[in-house]
Amino acid sequence: MDGTRKFKVATKHHVTTTINGDPAEFLCTPEQTLLDVLRDVLYLTGSKEGCASGDCGACSVILDGRLVCSCLVLGVEAEGRDVETIEGMANGDELHPLQQKFLEHAALQCGICTPGFLVAAKALLARNPDPTETEVRYWLAGNLCRCTGYDKIVRAVLDAAAEMRGN
Amino acid sequence: MNDVTMKGLGERMWKVVGTRPVRPDGVDKVTGRAKFGADLNLPNMLIGKVLRSPHAHARIKSIDTSKAQALPGVKAVVTSADFSDLPSEFIPAGEMMVNFRDMTRNVMAREKALYEGHAVAAVAAISEAVAAQALKLIEVEYEVLPHVMDVAQAMQPDAPLLHESMYTIGMEPKPEKPSNVAKRVEFALGDVAAGFAKADVVIEREFTTQPVHQGYIEPHACVASVSEDGQAELWCSTQGQFIVRNFCAKLLGMELSRLRVTASEIGGGFGGKTVVYLEPLALVLSRKAAQPVKMVMSRTEVFKASGPTSGARIWVKIGATRDGRITAAEALLKYQAGAFQGSPVQPGCMCAFAPYDLENVKVVGFDVVVNRPKVAAYRAPGGPISEFAVESVIDELAGRLNLDPIEFRLKNAAKEGTKAAYGPKFGPIGLVQTLEAARAHRNYGVPLKANQGRGVASGFWFNIGGETCAALNLTEDGSVTLVAGTPDIGGSRASLAMMAAEELGIALDKVRPIIGDTSALGYNFLTGGSRVTFSSGMAVIEAAREMIRRLRERAAKIWEIPLDSVAWEDGHARAVGGAKQVAPMPLAEIAKTAGKTGGPIVGYAAINAQGAGPSLATHVVDVEVDPETGKVTVLRYLAVQDAGRAVHPSYVEGQMQGGAVQGIGWALNEEYIYDKNGRMENPGFLDYRIPVCSDVPMIDTVIVEVPNPRHPYGVRGVGETPIVPPMGAIANAVANATGIRFTDLPMSPPRVLKAIDEKHAATSK
Amino acid sequence: MKEAVELLALHDGRAHVLAGGTDLLVKLRGGFVAPQVVVDVKAIPQLRGIESDARGFRIGAATSCAELAEHAAFSAAWPGVVEALHLIGSTQIQGRASAGGNLCNASPAADSVPAMIAAGAICQVAGPAGEREVPVEKIVTGPGRTSLARGEFVVGFRLPKPPPRSGDAYLRLIPRTEMDIAVVGVGVSLALDDKGVCTHARVGLGAVAPTALLVEAAGKALIGTRLDAPALAALAAATSAVCKPIDDKRGTIAYRIKVAGVLARRTAAIAFDRARARNP
Repeated sequence: MDGTRKFKVATKHHVTTTINGDPAEFLCTPEQTLLDVLRDVLYLTGSKEGCASGDCGACSVILDGRLVCSCLVLGVEAEGRDVETIEGMANGDELHPLQQKFLEHAALQCGICTPGFLVAAKALLARNPDPTETEVRYWLAGNLCRCTGYDKIVRAVLDAAAEMRGN
Repeated sequence: MNDVTMKGLGERMWKVVGTRPVRPDGVDKVTGRAKFGADLNLPNMLIGKVLRSPHAHARIKSIDTSKAQALPGVKAVVTSADFSDLPSEFIPAGEMMVNFRDMTRNVMAREKALYEGHAVAAVAAISEAVAAQALKLIEVEYEVLPHVMDVAQAMQPDAPLLHESMYTIGMEPKPEKPSNVAKRVEFALGDVAAGFAKADVVIEREFTTQPVHQGYIEPHACVASVSEDGQAELWCSTQGQFIVRNFCAKLLGMELSRLRVTASEIGGGFGGKTVVYLEPLALVLSRKAAQPVKMVMSRTEVFKASGPTSGARIWVKIGATRDGRITAAEALLKYQAGAFQGSPVQPGCMCAFAPYDLENVKVVGFDVVVNRPKVAAYRAPGGPISEFAVESVIDELAGRLNLDPIEFRLKNAAKEGTKAAYGPKFGPIGLVQTLEAARAHRNYGVPLKANQGRGVASGFWFNIGGETCAALNLTEDGSVTLVAGTPDIGGSRASLAMMAAEELGIALDKVRPIIGDTSALGYNFLTGGSRVTFSSGMAVIEAAREMIRRLRERAAKIWEIPLDSVAWEDGHARAVGGAKQVAPMPLAEIAKTAGKTGGPIVGYAAINAQGAGPSLATHVVDVEVDPETGKVTVLRYLAVQDAGRAVHPSYVEGQMQGGAVQGIGWALNEEYIYDKNGRMENPGFLDYRIPVCSDVPMIDTVIVEVPNPRHPYGVRGVGETPIVPPMGAIANAVANATGIRFTDLPMSPPRVLKAIDEKHAATSK
Repeated sequence: MKEAVELLALHDGRAHVLAGGTDLLVKLRGGFVAPQVVVDVKAIPQLRGIESDARGFRIGAATSCAELAEHAAFSAAWPGVVEALHLIGSTQIQGRASAGGNLCNASPAADSVPAMIAAGAICQVAGPAGEREVPVEKIVTGPGRTSLARGEFVVGFRLPKPPPRSGDAYLRLIPRTEMDIAVVGVGVSLALDDKGVCTHARVGLGAVAPTALLVEAAGKALIGTRLDAPALAALAAATSAVCKPIDDKRGTIAYRIKVAGVLARRTAAIAFDRARARNP
């Protein structure tokens, strides 16, 4: 057999994008997902891989204002787009009300799903500032949590929504 | 609505315990800063991947890794040849036992592949793409063998044998032929035959449950770095860094202190991360390549290659007199162990009837191997399975006797002094209190509509103590660092800091907890068995008491009075007994001068915590069953549990809610589905259906407190009991709604509809 | 558009259209497809957006489900189609997934297809030979297979403006409340005359055969009726009768056949209520 077989270096694409409001550029192969890029190229490890098939939501980011699974977006598709990750949720050292309420309500135990839930909840409240419990549950159905049973997460989101409305 | 019912032990006024502060590690978790297993990257790091058997049962005739080795970018390839064969030796891993001979084979197959997904070889390469390519170049010659997946079939005399040298332990006379039955266990009290003879009503039923996975959202992940002198560092997502050190050192033939294991933040464990899969492989690859190696499981690998809990067949028979007293109870449990021995059938037997005060009880269990992944612990291992069956029969019996299900349980409830079938007499326990609180809760009185039903179930879990070390270090400005050795999977860091702050009498935010690595502390048994708040808490309190003694000594020295004349109150040293008129000295002041009064002030505890008290619970669930589609909706859920003392009530509630929802998934939708070749058909979150947010209502909780007298604060472990009652409660609710008793889990819509249609067909004849 | 057609034709069999990517990326990761070229069609203007005119609506095939669900006029006109699109996956999936992708992925259980069939949607297809129109029920020919020729891809959907006293609905059965692939999916679109009698009915049925089906017999069972109990029973029977399902990890044959009938009844009832409400 051919012992000197060379491996192919996959051609990398150069991508220019905006991440959490800041300009960013990176190289990635065509197959790398946005999640791969965030974690392995840009070292933004706040977005997590739970399944790589869009079933768990741990990789949730907001792309051009839309909540998406970053494991189902190619890195090259971020070209010219606006990406928001968990790392951009706090305002400097001031936590977002959702982050604060998650802490107050003990809406996290192991914390692995928490970034995904926070990004998803932020997207919800941007679109619907006064959701019912049912609306919160159905919006968040794409985010799996195995530790909390969802109760305190839902309470935290509803409480944060009330605070953000100025109640 | 969440209530805490205080039944105090003594008159102590708690300052910190029982409050709900924000956890100290919380900000890192809500900002994405916290580092989990896959979040670490090291310079010069390689990526490791595993080649896994596509066959459920096959002899491995040869493995040729030469082409993989030759691929540019591949730095190491390993097979079983890189691991020594180990002799049989059982040691504890959490609440289960593991065997080193089996463990060697589970992390890397030797003679045979025993399940689809069984690791056969592993590579480390410069990128994931090259590693994946390398796996394709490894040539394995398999001789495919017949496989067996079901417990009953595996116990047949002509079943395919997984291990040619397995002779059932615990059978008299000893078997002459090998089989797939690893062990038989038995627990008995009194005389069940006589007891059944006295009964007015006897009910017996058979049940089946399927394997279910713990379902942690974070796949297994680790980074190993072995230096040229044989010292090694391992970063991994685990429930026990000391356990990982022990297992890996044994598998690799290393001295323990040369392997330093750091537990990353852990994204869920539930018992599934109390054993090793990738870690020994990453270490051996790193040793060979002389570079760090990172390995992360895909979700498919998590399902196929890490251990779910057992599927089982259970037979239960209970007899009672007309006035509602149980006279005898018997059960036969057959649990799947997966490819190697060690299902939780023993704890399953021990717990089965534990909530009840019985004179005559006999439970027999069989541990049976099948061609599935080796099972690992899952939250109260073994208990939910047997107690589901028992609680179903209890419910049916109550119905037959025309007794309210809570009333029937109260008549037979285990209390302080009850002797359990598995040996000990219970100390104070809170089952009666949970039953009464459930009955008094408004959920129990909500009127039910058509197609709705209510179910009740109780549950028991022992909880464990074990070897634990903790250190408290007083800094020069009066703040305290706390080093614990048990990974935090549920928020226990907060509770430990709270107990230290309570004991020292200082503000909570003056105590900063971390989880130390294996070099930072003496041996700690893993996080499991609901032991952390109990054991690490006990160690922290003891360390705090030692620190207080040191603080009193320094104050005594400064004030020039005897030690006995110094008391410690509210974070201050106080001169008592008229020895000296002086203002109390706060901890911060003693800290500032520590260097001059004798040196650093620390507290250290190294204990083997004993006296873990069982935690009992009662759950009430209301469901609605769609009679045309068989779909079950959970309308209302109440979990009542005895926590002994709820140090941080929000995290106690969190355990109750999380366990309840795992139980809902187990009851309604979760199962491993295999094709006829023994290959898993649903190794992903799409078709392995854990509950999603819209599937469940708010989970109402009530914490009762019957303090555990063996813990300084009365703490009982609470983490596991919550998963024990849900399947029974839901099966009972569905029976109440439909008039049909479901004995096979999960109660998925096709099964429920089939039973409803069969009942209609039968009654319309 | 021209470039996309050229690329797809050139690399026929080794080129894949990329719209939302929610199916393609899963297949890429799982090693089920290994294309040489992936053609991102989202930048082509004709593939994005919704237009409405007197005749009806035109949807770009790569428009995300989320965007479609947010379109007020489209949601009011075709609530059943929008419900079906809105049920695909999770909120995250809907941020990317498209009607074109859901159709051309050719899963027998695709949620949007039964509703599109019931609505009488027409696909606009572009290819080397130019553009053509195809009824949506003629696109999928089997699991993972379409009738599209080399180099062709779906660029848009046309749906008519719904007449007065018409309504549509979509229901599916899944074991949980979200996130599952449909075990059975039914779309019903119907129209009533001014006396409340059904004059037009189309029933689309998914997940119970190798492709989604247009169940003509089920539609006929409703025409001329006021959807009384016998009519609904006939509808249910006709729907169950065409099922050719399989036993798999999501449902049994018997279950799917039974539930198809149940859902047909329930979906028709919702469409009927909507039709009566849409009274000028």
